[in-house]
Order: sequence, then structure tokens, then C-alpha cells
Amino acid sequence: MEPLKMLLFALADDELLMGHRASEWTGLGPILEADLALSSIAQDEMGHALLFYDLLGALGETEPDSLAFGRSPAEFYNAILCELPRGDWGETLMRHFLYDLAEQVRLEALAASSYAPLAAVATKLRSEEKYHMLHGSTWLKRLGQGTEESHRRLQSSLDQLLPYAVGLWETIPGEAALVAQGIMPPSNTLRDQWYATLTSVLTSTFALPALSDIAPVEGGRRGEHSEHLVSLLDAMQLLHREFPGAKW
Amino acid sequence: MTQMMNDVPEHPEYAARLIEFEARIDRGEKIEPDDWMPAKFRLQMIRLIQQHANSELIGALPEGTWIPYAPNLRRKMALTAKVQDEVGHAQLLYRAAETLGKPREEMIEELINGKSKWSNVFAYPAETWSDIAIIAWLIDAAAIVNQTIMANGSYGPYSRALKRICYEESFHMKHGEDMIITLMEGTEAQRAQVQDALNRWYWPIIMFFGPHDKESVHTEQLKRWGVKPKTNDEQRQEFLGKYMPRIYELGLTVPDPDMHYDLEKDEWVHGEAPWQEFYDVINGKGPMSEERLATRRMAYDEGKWVREALAMMERLPHVVAS
Repeated sequence: MEPLKMLLFALADDELLMGHRASEWTGLGPILEADLALSSIAQDEMGHALLFYDLLGALGETEPDSLAFGRSPAEFYNAILCELPRGDWGETLMRHFLYDLAEQVRLEALAASSYAPLAAVATKLRSEEKYHMLHGSTWLKRLGQGTEESHRRLQSSLDQLLPYAVGLWETIPGEAALVAQGIMPPSNTLRDQWYATLTSVLTSTFALPALSDIAPVEGGRRGEHSEHLVSLLDAMQLLHREFPGAKW
Repeated sequence: MTQMMNDVPEHPEYAARLIEFEARIDRGEKIEPDDWMPAKFRLQMIRLIQQHANSELIGALPEGTWIPYAPNLRRKMALTAKVQDEVGHAQLLYRAAETLGKPREEMIEELINGKSKWSNVFAYPAETWSDIAIIAWLIDAAAIVNQTIMANGSYGPYSRALKRICYEESFHMKHGEDMIITLMEGTEAQRAQVQDALNRWYWPIIMFFGPHDKESVHTEQLKRWGVKPKTNDEQRQEFLGKYMPRIYELGLTVPDPDMHYDLEKDEWVHGEAPWQEFYDVINGKGPMSEERLATRRMAYDEGKWVREALAMMERLPHVVAS
């Protein structure tokens, strides 16, 4: 597949799965206000996925619903971070924070992309991601400084998720060409920028290793996934398989 | 507390206060949290609002279960938004009940401990995607009928919360109707699934409005005090008048051989509902009663460490995040 499409699939699939996992909390949050806020974020992420799938449509791919509901796990290019089960509230918050910060760095860079349709979408989405960041950092501060238990839970989520989060920056297949055409900066550059910001925000509350000490969990950008994506898609695509040709 | 308050009939001031209170209601004035009200009015109102809030919170579960399975992106976002609205309604309503002096935490604990009631319809399983469409269409429609009437009630905070809720519910109902129309235009298997879902939901929806007026003990006083401006039977009739024609128009039927329109009485006549089942369900013996509460209890228990951390932050204002 051409590199530009690989990039757009990576962006779209990340958003779709983050939205899907966030929506698993709808109705089940630890307090009503938390429930409401995460449901909004879930809808935002799904909406973003739709915009990126539309960009793929303009490049000759099929319509968004067939892309989301008609592909097998090996045809998904999200980072493995996005398919992991939601875990407890702390894990969900930590994952969203790691992801949203990456999203912000990525969108800032892509807003200057030489591929104009992508630059336009990135510019539009930047402002929403700012709100997600604010939500995440407020929560992390509150829980990081709350009780011993809340701090312990969040620190352990951070330790567990960091290798997956670094995997967000796995090189896109054909990335060298995208960089040469000015469509995106190298993933490594964005990764270093992301980790520097992450460290500056979290370091007063949590312990972080040096980036070079983290062994990233990769494979997602090449279509290699964990079993969690299989069960996620089993649920998400159930009705499509059960009722071929149906209208919804 | 042993000192007698003036909001009970035994107190010498009560009779005069009550006349003034009822006169205000007759003039259509709203009763506000700091106003005088009979203790019995306060209790009835708390019970009513609390049960309504519970129903919104429990009602988020059958639909929430289907969010991961929603069949396209538009429906997936819309269902997430709808369930989010239900949670938002619970939040609004618990807040309205709190104005009468009962803390939210206490109400949520009563809910998960099975000490407080919630609507019968959420104690049934949502077995298929068509159930989600029927719930969004007809249960929300039934809720709108009920809540539009209750919004004319006498307690200010409840009345205002309901006005906002009805506005959102009417979006849900239109969304639900749109889902039904789309499914009915789909494959034969989809149409059959919709009819099957309606067959299972019909009686629970008929009973949603509560027992017949002749069975209901408090009806007269509740009406007098504007707690419940229209009776159960009046509400049920209003629902049938609006939605039976639409059900038939869409090519659906109901599993009730007695259902017909009585020209002389100018009303819809339905068969006798399985009322024993209704009483069992509202007393916690519905097919999904236990499971719904278990889910709520699990969510509550799993969120305990989060609430404790937030409470700690409130006690230590100097470290509260800006």
C-alpha cells in the first residue's frame, strides 16, 4: 500500500480504537462527572477517525463504515497501545494522557504537512485535543497527589503502558518517502519531542525512565497485533458479519 | 431529634401553613427548596426524584452494553451520546433531589443496596440491536409523555430539570424512530428482529406508567399537591394515542389481541397486562434486576479508590490542581 495511505490508516485506526475503548466506560465511570467527560472524549475520537477515513476515501479507498467494520485485524494499522483493554480508571486516564499528548505533537507537525487535505484536518483537530490534554493532566495531578493507593495505581499504569506508548512512534512503512515529500516529519523526531514534554509534565508526580531505557512494543503499523484487537473487532464487527447486506 | 417540626399535622401551626401551601399550588406557583412544605410532600418528592434518577442511571446499562456492537460509526457515536445523556440526566436529577436534603452518595448507596426502586423497563434484557432501537423509540417516547406531565409539577428544581431532560429525550426518540425506520427498510431478518423486540417490550412498556388508578393508593393527594399532575391511566392513554397509530403505520403489530380503538370512548383499549410480573419486577425480581444492580455495584466498588483520592484532594486545598 502507498505510504500516504499507511499514514492515514495509522491515524484513523488509532482514533477509532481509543474512542471504542473510552466508550466502554459510558455508564460505568467512578463518578457521574467523570463518566460524562470520558463519553465526550470517546465521541470526539470516533469523529476524528471518521475524518481520517474520509481522507482515505478521497484517495480511492471505500467508505468509512466499510473501513471500520469490514477489515480484519491484520489490516488494522493502529499502535498496540490503542487496542489494550481499558483496565481500571487510572490505566484509562494514563493511556489517554500518553496518547493525547502524542496526538497533539503529531497534529502540530501535520498541520504543516505538504499534503493539504491532511494539513487541514490536523489544524481543525488541534483545538479539540487541547481540551483532552487539559482533562487528562487535571485528572493525573489529582489522582497522582491523592492517596497512596491512587498514586501507586497510576505509577504502575505508567510503567506498564510506556513501552506501548513509545510504540505509537513506530516507523510508518514507507516513511522515508513521506518525509522526503514533506508530508510528515520523521517519527523519531516527534517521539523525542513527545517524550521531552511528557517528562516535563509528569516528572513532579511520577517516576519516568530515560527514553533509551524503554523497549518499545511495536508491530501495529505493520498490521501485527495482540489478541486484544481480535476480541475487540469480534464485538465491533459482529452485526456486520451476522447480517450481510443489512441497512443500519 | 425529638422537637416537633411545623411540617407535620400534629404541630399547631401545620393547618394554617398547609392552607397557604395548597393555595400557592392552586395558583400554579412552584415550591422552591427553602419554602415551607409538608414533611410528607418532601418525602414523596424525594422518593419520586430519587427513583427517576435511579432509572436514568440503571437505564444507561442495557443500552451501554450495546455501544461496542453498534453497527456503524454514526450509530456508535449517537448511542454513546445517548447513554451519556442518560447519565447526565441522573446527575441533574440527583442534584434536584439533593435540594430536598438527601445527599447523592446516600441515594447511590441505597440504589446499589437494593433499597430504592427504579423503573420496571430496565429490568428486562436488551437481547438484540433491535431492542436498542425499540428502547430509544418507545421507552423514550413513554418517558417523554411521563416527564412532560411531571414537568408541570409543583416542585421547582424537579420541574426545571425535567424541562431540559424532555428536550434531550425528544432527540433520542427521533433517533430511535429513525433507527426503526431504517431497520424496517432493511432485510427480512432485520424486520423480523424488530417485531420480535416489540413483542417482548410491549407489556413492559404498557406497565411502565404504573398500576391502574383504582389500584394506586396515593393518587388523589399526589395530584392535589402537584406531585403528579396526571394519573397513571391518563398518561398511558396519552402514550397509546400518540404511538399506536405510528406502530401500525410502520408495519408493526403488538402482541395484544384486545388492542383496539374505541370510537365511542375515544380511546385505545388494551388487554390486561401481567401485573403480578410488574410488582415482582419493581420489587427487584425482574429477569435482569440482580444483574443490573451487580453491574452498578461493581462500577461503584471499582471507583472507590478514585473517589477517595478526590476526597483527599478536597481536604488538602493547597495541592489542588489549578
